[in-house]
Amino acid sequence: MKSTSTWPEFLITRLIKASGYSAIVFVALIFYFLLNEGAPALFKTPLSSLLSTRWYPIENYFGLLPLISGSLIVTLGAALVAVPFGIGTAVFMSEIAPRWLREILKPLVEVLGGLPSVVLGFLGILLLAPFLRRALDLPTGLSALAGALLLGGIAVPTVVSVAEDALDSVPRSYRDAALALGATRWQTIWRVTLPAARSGVLTAVMLGIGRAIGETMAVMMVTGNAAVMPSLLALFHPARTMTATIAAEMGEVANGSLHYHVLFFIGIVLFLISLAINVTASAVVFRQKKRAERILS
Amino acid sequence: MKTARLLLCILSLIALSGCANATVPAGQPTPATAAYIENKGSDTIVNLALAWAESYQALHPEVRISVTGGGSGTGIAALINGTVDLANASRQIKAEETADALANGITPVEHTIARDAIAVIVNPQNPIQQLTLQQISDIYSGKIDNWLEVGGEDRPIVRLSRETNSGTHVYFLEQVLRLGQSDNKTLFAANTLLLPSSEGITAEVRDNPNAIGYDGLGYVTPDVKVIAVAKDASSPYIFPSAESVNAGQYPISRDLYMYTAGEPTGAVKAYLDWIVGPEAQEIVTELGFVPIKSP
Repeated sequence: MKSTSTWPEFLITRLIKASGYSAIVFVALIFYFLLNEGAPALFKTPLSSLLSTRWYPIENYFGLLPLISGSLIVTLGAALVAVPFGIGTAVFMSEIAPRWLREILKPLVEVLGGLPSVVLGFLGILLLAPFLRRALDLPTGLSALAGALLLGGIAVPTVVSVAEDALDSVPRSYRDAALALGATRWQTIWRVTLPAARSGVLTAVMLGIGRAIGETMAVMMVTGNAAVMPSLLALFHPARTMTATIAAEMGEVANGSLHYHVLFFIGIVLFLISLAINVTASAVVFRQKKRAERILS
Repeated sequence: MKTARLLLCILSLIALSGCANATVPAGQPTPATAAYIENKGSDTIVNLALAWAESYQALHPEVRISVTGGGSGTGIAALINGTVDLANASRQIKAEETADALANGITPVEHTIARDAIAVIVNPQNPIQQLTLQQISDIYSGKIDNWLEVGGEDRPIVRLSRETNSGTHVYFLEQVLRLGQSDNKTLFAANTLLLPSSEGITAEVRDNPNAIGYDGLGYVTPDVKVIAVAKDASSPYIFPSAESVNAGQYPISRDLYMYTAGEPTGAVKAYLDWIVGPEAQEIVTELGFVPIKSP
C-alpha cells in the first residue's frame, strides 16, 4: 500500500512545488526584462528630464510626473468609489440579505466582474462622459472623474467577492456572542464582524486598487489622455495615466529608441507602485494577525 | 486603423502567395518574366499603397508588389541607394536628397498620386464658421482658451487631437501649429485631449459644444460641423472639399508622391498609370484621402 502510493505522491508533490516556484520565477523574469529594457532610459536621458512636467515624446519631452499623478488621481478616485460600495455590498450580502437574495446577488456581482473593460469604456464615452459634462457643467466629460467612476465600477466586483468571503468566514459564535451581550445588529457588524474579518477585507481593498491601477483600455477611452500636472480640482480635468500611455504609444515606437526605453521605465514605475501596495497590505495584515494572536494567547 | 493595416498586410500576403502558387491555365500566354516592384516609404501612404498593391495584383497576377512603411525619408533614401523601384513620400524630395541621388547616378522623378487634407471640426451648435490658420494654431497651443476670443460664445475651448503616433498629428503639428515654419517650436497645449481613434474625436465633437477637433477629410461624418479655413486674415476662407483641395485653395492639404529613379518604364510605368486612373483613385477616396482629379 505504502510503496504503491509513493511514486505518484512524489510526482504530485514535485509538480505542486514546481508550479509554486514558477510564479516566483515568472515575476523575476518579468522584472528582469523590464529592468533590461527600461533602465537605459535612466542613462540616456537626465533624471531632471524624467522628473519634468511635460510629456510629449515625439519632441523628446519625457516628463513622467503628469503621468504618475494622473494614475494616482484616477486610482484614488476609483478607490473612493470602490471601497465604500464594495464593502457595503459585501456586508449587505453576508450579514443582512436573506439567503435567497444572496444566492441571486453573488452570481450577478461575478458576472459584473467578468464584463470586458472595453465594453465599459464604450459606455463611458457614449453615456458617462456626456452625462458628467452636463450634470457638473464641465468643459468636457472626458476627465479623471469619468475614469475613476468606471474603474471604481470595475473594481467593485473584486472587492465585493473577496470581502464577502472574508466576512463569511467569521465564526457564527462571534455574532451570537455580540448579540447576546445586547449589541444591536449595526454594532455587531461595525464593532465585531468587520474587525474580525479585517485582514480579508484589507486584502479585498488592495486587490481592488491593484485592479484599478493596472486597468488600461477603459481608462484610455474616457480620461481624455491629456498629460497635465494636477491642479486643485484635478479630478474634474482630463488626465493621462501610465497604463494608457504605454498602450497608446508602444505600438508605433521604434524598437530600441529612447522613447521605447522610457515606456518600459514607466512599466518599472507601475511595477514598483503595485509592489509597494502589496507589501504595505501584507505588512498591515501581518501586524494585525500578530496582535490578534497576542490577545488570544 | 491598426487592425485595418494588419488586415491589409495579411491580405496582400495572401495575394502574394496566391500568385506565387498560381498555375497558368493552358492556352493563355505565360507572362515572359514575373515583374517585381519594391515600394517603400511614408507611413501616411502605406495603407493606401497596400490597398493599391492588393487590387493591382488581383488584376495582374504576373506582377508582385512589396509594400513597406518606415517614413518618407526612409523611402527616398532607399531610392537613392537603388534598392526600391518606388519611394512613397508625403513631402517633396529635399534639394540635398536630389543632389545625393544625382551623385549616385539616379534622377528622381516625381509623381503626384493622391492628396491629403485635414478638416477642422466643431459641434454643430457652435456658431463659429471660419478660422484662420493663425487662430487655429493659437487655439491648439493654448494662447486662446475661450471661443469668445475668436468670435464665438463664452465657452471654454476643449482641444481634441489624435495620439502622437498618428501621422495626422505630426502633420497638423508641423503645418498648422507651427504654420509650416521649420524653426517654429510651438507645442500642443498640455491639456489637449489625445484620443486614440478618429471615432473618439467624432463622438466628443458631436456631443460637446466646447470641443474642436481635426481629422482626415475622408473620416469626417455629416453630424459634425466643418470649419472654413483661411491661410491668413486677408485670404478667403475655404471649406475643404475634393475641388478646393485639388485647386490648391484649402490651406491644410498636401500632395502625396511616389518617386521613381528616372522616367518609369515597363511594369512600374504600367502600375503608375493605373494608380492615376479612375479605379485606383476610387480607392483613394475609400481610404479618406482626396483623389488627384475631381470625379
